[in-house]
Amino acid sequence: MKKNAVPLVLFAALAAFPLVVTSNYFLHLMILFLLWVVIGSSWNVLAGYTGQVSFGHAAFFGVGAYTAGLLSQHLQISPWWGMALGGFVAVLIGLPFGAICFPLRGAYFALATLALGEGMRHIATISESFTGGMMGIMIMPSFVSKIPYYYISLALALLSVLSIRFVIGSKPGYYFVSIREDQDAAESLGIDTTLYKNASLAISSFWTGMAGAFYMNYMGFIDPHVVFSLHEYSVMAILVAIVGGVGTIYGPAVGAFIMVAVQEFFRSGFFGLFDYLGRTTGMPAFASVSEIVRQAHVLGFGVLVVVVILFLPNGIVGDWGKIRRNVFRIQPTR
Amino acid sequence: MSFFRVEKLVKRFGGLTAVNDVSFDVKQGEIFGLIGPNGSGKTTTFNMISGTYPPTSGKVFFKGKEIQGRKPNRICRLGIGRTFQVVKPLGRMTVLDNVIAAAFSRESRMPGARKRAEETIAFCGLDPVAGMLAKSLPIAGRKRLEIARAMATRPELLLLDETAAGLNPTESLEAVELIRKIRENGTTIVIIEHIMRVIMTISDRIHAINFGQTIAEGTPSEVAANPQVIEAYLGTDYA
Repeated sequence: MKKNAVPLVLFAALAAFPLVVTSNYFLHLMILFLLWVVIGSSWNVLAGYTGQVSFGHAAFFGVGAYTAGLLSQHLQISPWWGMALGGFVAVLIGLPFGAICFPLRGAYFALATLALGEGMRHIATISESFTGGMMGIMIMPSFVSKIPYYYISLALALLSVLSIRFVIGSKPGYYFVSIREDQDAAESLGIDTTLYKNASLAISSFWTGMAGAFYMNYMGFIDPHVVFSLHEYSVMAILVAIVGGVGTIYGPAVGAFIMVAVQEFFRSGFFGLFDYLGRTTGMPAFASVSEIVRQAHVLGFGVLVVVVILFLPNGIVGDWGKIRRNVFRIQPTR
Repeated sequence: MSFFRVEKLVKRFGGLTAVNDVSFDVKQGEIFGLIGPNGSGKTTTFNMISGTYPPTSGKVFFKGKEIQGRKPNRICRLGIGRTFQVVKPLGRMTVLDNVIAAAFSRESRMPGARKRAEETIAFCGLDPVAGMLAKSLPIAGRKRLEIARAMATRPELLLLDETAAGLNPTESLEAVELIRKIRENGTTIVIIEHIMRVIMTISDRIHAINFGQTIAEGTPSEVAANPQVIEAYLGTDYA
């Protein structure tokens, strides 16, 4: 039980969060964080555990979002039904892709996923009569308050992490990691590698699609460049997992928290620090610094990822023992 | 019906014929040695049996069933285990987890698979290192892990590819002991080996190939006395 103490306390804190903090701004940030827990954990199943690196998770995210949006727009079905379906539709896109591309190994598979993500973006852009093309899709949000969205995203994050933890701890999880470590050895141990790669892809695309459908409900507006974005979703999913710890259960959750915080830190110009300095000192230089910092958030990610890869190649969770020893000077307990 | 038989196996890679018309018959319960100089086609034969690639022509029979051309994971589930000459440990998994992953081929639930894996690890003498990451094992341990993993899939026929290569004399004696123990447990073994002292003492019968073709078959002493075998290993001066 001690093993679960930290996650349980964190979960209790997350459940109580909206009761303590009522600011919409912080609720919004927390919803983004929870959304990234789902996407990062999903990416981690396929790439971190099964070793099939994806540069195209935006495809599943976007498909999930469009499923909810299109159902609402064309059939006037509540986008919450779309959320129930978003994951399955993402799997429907994922499995044929897997059937075609899993014979590819390593970097070649990764390139194929990149093509999938970009391909889906173009399809959504071109099919104007169906998707609205660049006009995107707008729906009326169901709730004015952010609190329902917060709890829905919390449930989504919790269910995805728990289900993934269950899978990883049982036979499929062992098979995923075996495939990652050596595909030929895995085959010789009776593992149908094609089947289990597809199973991994199905889990991964399902939760990413769910996250996308939630995004449609929450934001109320999507267009191809937002939800199929290479750098906003495909690459960000990778960064979230790398920073937190690839191939660890809670790594993507830690990574999600850090990445959302860093993104907001830059987007808001160091939480408004430069704007504040500009106002109080009256110097216009601060305003321009603020502007530069806002535009430099991608650079900030880049630096963060380089630092993490150099010093914590297994991510914060993966190298937690190393952090304890070197930063907190705590010797491992025996 | 023979227990295991390969019939006129041929494998061509483009213009190169790696294995040409090799046939042999393995009886249940025996240790069957496969020898030959480097590049003579021993590992290619194993790869065809275990399904890594299909034979160009020829057949493989296991317990009366034709099995050539099936995928490696199917072959494993039929009851043929193998080890690799170039060991393939699942590096970032512990030794125990390596063997659990293999045991899942017969037990789909965790407690059963773990129990089976622990038994296999004890049987193979790996319990002192069960908690270590496979990549941190020295070569003797990795070779032993290959065997433990294959054994955890409960093979009736075990293909061992150069299990003693790279081991020091003590370690290779221990390997021989383990192989004997596996046979006593009822598993039939086909073994490829270069170290003559190992293969000659351990095998009931030996099949020698050179340039992909059979040159001799018989008991270890018969094969060792065969002029073609001596020629293949030592040159015409000694034949």
